[in-house]
Amino acid sequence: MTGTSAPILTLDKVSKTFGNGPGAVRAARSISFSLHTGRALAVVGESGSGKTTCARIAMREYEPSEGRLLFKGKPIVSAGSKENAHYRRSVQMIFQDPFASLNPAHTIAYHLKRPLMLHRPDIKGAAIAEEIKALLRQVKLDPDIVAPKYPHELSGGQRQRVNIARALAAKPEVIVADEPTSMLDVSVRLGVLNLLSEMKREMNLGLLYITHDIATARYVAEDIAVMYAGQIVEWGNTGKVIDNPAHPYTKLLLSAVPDPDIRFDDPNAQVSASEADETRRRSAATQESIREVEPDHFVRAV
Amino acid sequence: MTAPLLSVKNLTIDYIGETNDFRAVDDVSFDVAPGEVFGLAGESGCGKSTIAFAISRLHRPPALIRKESAILLDGRNVLDLDHKGLADFRWREVAMVFQSAMNSLNPVLRIEQQFYDVLKTHKGISRAAARDRTAEMLRLVDISPDRMRDYPHQFSGGMRQRIVIAICLALDPRLIVMDEPTTALDVVVQREILQRINELRRKLGFAVLFITHDLGLMVQFCDRIGIMLAGKLVEQGTADTIYRTPEHDYTKKLWASFPSLHGGVLR
Repeated sequence: MTGTSAPILTLDKVSKTFGNGPGAVRAARSISFSLHTGRALAVVGESGSGKTTCARIAMREYEPSEGRLLFKGKPIVSAGSKENAHYRRSVQMIFQDPFASLNPAHTIAYHLKRPLMLHRPDIKGAAIAEEIKALLRQVKLDPDIVAPKYPHELSGGQRQRVNIARALAAKPEVIVADEPTSMLDVSVRLGVLNLLSEMKREMNLGLLYITHDIATARYVAEDIAVMYAGQIVEWGNTGKVIDNPAHPYTKLLLSAVPDPDIRFDDPNAQVSASEADETRRRSAATQESIREVEPDHFVRAV
Repeated sequence: MTAPLLSVKNLTIDYIGETNDFRAVDDVSFDVAPGEVFGLAGESGCGKSTIAFAISRLHRPPALIRKESAILLDGRNVLDLDHKGLADFRWREVAMVFQSAMNSLNPVLRIEQQFYDVLKTHKGISRAAARDRTAEMLRLVDISPDRMRDYPHQFSGGMRQRIVIAICLALDPRLIVMDEPTTALDVVVQREILQRINELRRKLGFAVLFITHDLGLMVQFCDRIGIMLAGKLVEQGTADTIYRTPEHDYTKKLWASFPSLHGGVLR
């Protein structure tokens, strides 16, 4: 994906295979994308399309089976090194489940203190409490009320804000958000997305936004990559891809997005199940050749 | 409007607590006409699922339906049914599809057997007749009848959800209550299933009470919509009215919380 600045994090033809022999699953097939400062890349696709595998490779939870991961242009080195510790600090994650991702036995202040002690040795003593307050204010929570509380005393939206504050505590350069709003109520989703976006702008973060909801992808991200069966089938500028989709799978996905302007009874609005199956079958095949639809908009040939 | 099929009147449900009671549903009234799709929208905890459970009489203590409430199906009060009446009423009159219904199939029984269980219990029909009916129902939801000897794990999530819907339809119910039936599924599969249900209700004439938090989807599918907030039905109207000219502030706010595919962006 093109960007104005040099990329912070790049996946270069990364593949990931689980298992071996005939039962092996190729969860990611030759994935390439870059994250840039102050920009968001949305990876959209249905469950099982490989989007979380991409997130986990970026988090270095999985080692790629093939391909390279580049951080600021340099290939990632082995675990245990100084560069590795730097990478762990610089790339932070926000998880899908706001209920499971905080420890029920610890206060919110404790959750924020840990990354500060681990990644910010410059902050000591009383400054830690001050920094915790500043972090909570940043995510628009009242530190005096929230800091001494336990996770169960907070709502889902508040917990997700704590998760964002925890990620920010390490002073990251990249944030990987895997479906950060899919378990939240509709009325608080936008608040969390707006906050993520604001943080991205203010702190010049590169944001990898994993979602199945293409409408929020458009709302949040400058760039988009549509995944199906482990491949990125279409990518580029979010507006261009959504307004002028070229890949049959992207078209199928867009046609199925709930749209209050189109009633199911409208014969022009029908999504044919047999055509959908055919599109899925064709899209699952390996597609090598890449075509430029327009500047900053690419598609794999089916 | 013709006489309503389902008429919910002054429904009030409390969850009884040790010190104080929690009013989950507060004086809710609405009608569903035969063949109509009525939608209930609202956030988690607003009481929409509690209503769905009450209609099938599936609510359990500490949920308590207050005395002034009535749920009329064709004029008969569901709340007055005895054990026997209830057994006849469930599935035959009102069927229910839950959020993760694809997980409600028994993993160790063949699909055919699960249809047979329902058909034998309610209609007492023979294996051969049940097999014919199963084939017919599977065809309705675009699944090949050859697969009735398969086990649930051999089907995808969307197919399993369609099988559950087929089992629901096997007794020709007049109302299907669907509580977030497609929330766990992908958008394309969701669209395929709801489109199919829409065609089937035109053909077979059953009514649907459709519960979801996705307003966009609701407007596409429903004839009329009720918006719930903290146990109260704050607004109801045709899908078009709710979409184009919502009256209540909460409805307007709900709409504002959905980014549209062609609407404004943050950047």
